[in-house]
Amino acid sequence: MTQDRDQDRGQDRSTKIMTAEEVAGRIESGMTVGIGGWGSRRKPMALVRALLRSDVTDLTVVSYGGPDVGLLAAAGKIRKLVAAFATLDSVPLEPHFTAARQRGDFEFVELDEAMFMWGLTAGAHRLPFMPVRAGLGSDVLRVNPSLRTVTSPYEDGEELVAAKALRLDAALVHLNRADPYGNGQYLGPDPYFDDLFCEAAEQAYVSCEQVVETADLLKEHGPQTLLVKRLFVHGVVETPHGAHFTSCAPDHDRDEAFQRAYVAAARDPEAWPAFRERFLSGDEAAYQAAVAAFHQEQSAKKGDAA
Amino acid sequence: MSAYGTATPSGSTGASTVTRAEYCVVACAEAWRNAGEVLASPMGTVPTIGARLARLTFSPELLLTDGEALLMADVPAVGQRPDAVEGWLPFRQHLALTATGRRHVMMGASQIDRHGNQNISCIGPWERPTRQLLGVRGAPVNTLNNPTSYWVPRHSSRVFVDRVDMVSGVGHDRAAEAGPSAMRYHRIPEVISNLGVFDFETPDRTMRLRSLHPGVSVQQVTEATGFALVVPEEVPYTRQPTDVELRLIREVVDPKGLREREVPA
Repeated sequence: MTQDRDQDRGQDRSTKIMTAEEVAGRIESGMTVGIGGWGSRRKPMALVRALLRSDVTDLTVVSYGGPDVGLLAAAGKIRKLVAAFATLDSVPLEPHFTAARQRGDFEFVELDEAMFMWGLTAGAHRLPFMPVRAGLGSDVLRVNPSLRTVTSPYEDGEELVAAKALRLDAALVHLNRADPYGNGQYLGPDPYFDDLFCEAAEQAYVSCEQVVETADLLKEHGPQTLLVKRLFVHGVVETPHGAHFTSCAPDHDRDEAFQRAYVAAARDPEAWPAFRERFLSGDEAAYQAAVAAFHQEQSAKKGDAA
Repeated sequence: MSAYGTATPSGSTGASTVTRAEYCVVACAEAWRNAGEVLASPMGTVPTIGARLARLTFSPELLLTDGEALLMADVPAVGQRPDAVEGWLPFRQHLALTATGRRHVMMGASQIDRHGNQNISCIGPWERPTRQLLGVRGAPVNTLNNPTSYWVPRHSSRVFVDRVDMVSGVGHDRAAEAGPSAMRYHRIPEVISNLGVFDFETPDRTMRLRSLHPGVSVQQVTEATGFALVVPEEVPYTRQPTDVELRLIREVVDPKGLREREVPA
């Protein structure tokens, strides 16, 4: 019975499995790309690395920024950034982001965290804006002169900020599990805004730690872990450790040792080319192998010290 | 989780042994006295210890997060996971919670002015900063929706400035200029630094010295402040921690002494 139903359901549907390279191939120069996760948490880093290897450029990046923003900025891929911050969480400042801002490398649409969320919500709901109190009185309005206020049509007559819709050409998110059809599952404590990014985008791509059969999604987990629905998803990529070096609980924590090495290299223009050469000059498999070698080196050093 | 470690005999922790960091912890905790059943959102080590101390003593109804998406049912030491969880607060709910007003946040400040305008975004011209910092983060939404206090671990005229470079958290003058919608839920209860406690209880809502941490002089504070601070005729000292509070700080909430790293003696 169950088997029959599964067959009926899956029969005419092709899977959306693709490679990170294929996802990067769908991103065109000049597009607006939303990137899920938050800071240095569950970022679709394998997809970002695929973008770094591609010749795509002039991107408008929309992100609760972390190393995704840093790496794309360092590679000169960003024409415009829409963000409320960029941070590595355990390291407050993202070094490539701060350096790029200080060089004036890209246009910056600096929004408040909540304005960003309601802007993305408006984008998903196909509304021009959402009214928010956030922003009034702050310099967010000064540095975004195109932002407008709106007056309540009701008796309160309140004047509020019209948080402009953030509509995306493409969304990139990384989840713990997905089925081949684009049903994405998160198993950590926080969904972040990954479903919203997918819903606000013309095309959404989900990378995940592991692709599983649809019937296996809820074998060990409740239905509320099913975050992203396939009707919004255009591609599914299996990329184990694809969020590295950001966290992807419960599959893996943030790689703090590697993040420290990244920060040290990113802060030092002399050291960055060597880091880039060692970790970012090959494909994803080469990256993961280089990370494994990095950790072997680290434990060897520790062994020597002891 | 009710064991508070080995009890220190009362009286063994005299005022002379109370460190500056511990005065700061108590001053931060006081910000959440009578806050009611709200979420305490501390940013920084000393405010985190302070919020946990408040919950363990005079404000047991406070809600606290683990720094991620969980509301803690117990009060572990800083850096430790809770044994029990009472709720779920992922970022999307946390941002939405600000609009309900049921939260009192204590943010950091890279710059703050006499009106309580705060900056964590960048130093220098915004168009091309001399030093890019975090970005405005949630400071605009916080200040317009729920009580927002500030914590400055190193009080200096580089932080307490005449004018901030990028208004992230909204001060009293800017809220008034922006109109009734901006002022409706705007409240900046306190600014706490390693030198003292400050508020805006003045006719023109500019910053006033409310209390000095013991060992600090008025002159020390005014010299480290880049604007004319309102200094009352008599300035009290920040209250001392009780023996129970000291024991909770030292043995339960911060046994590793992380507070002393943020505010060195």
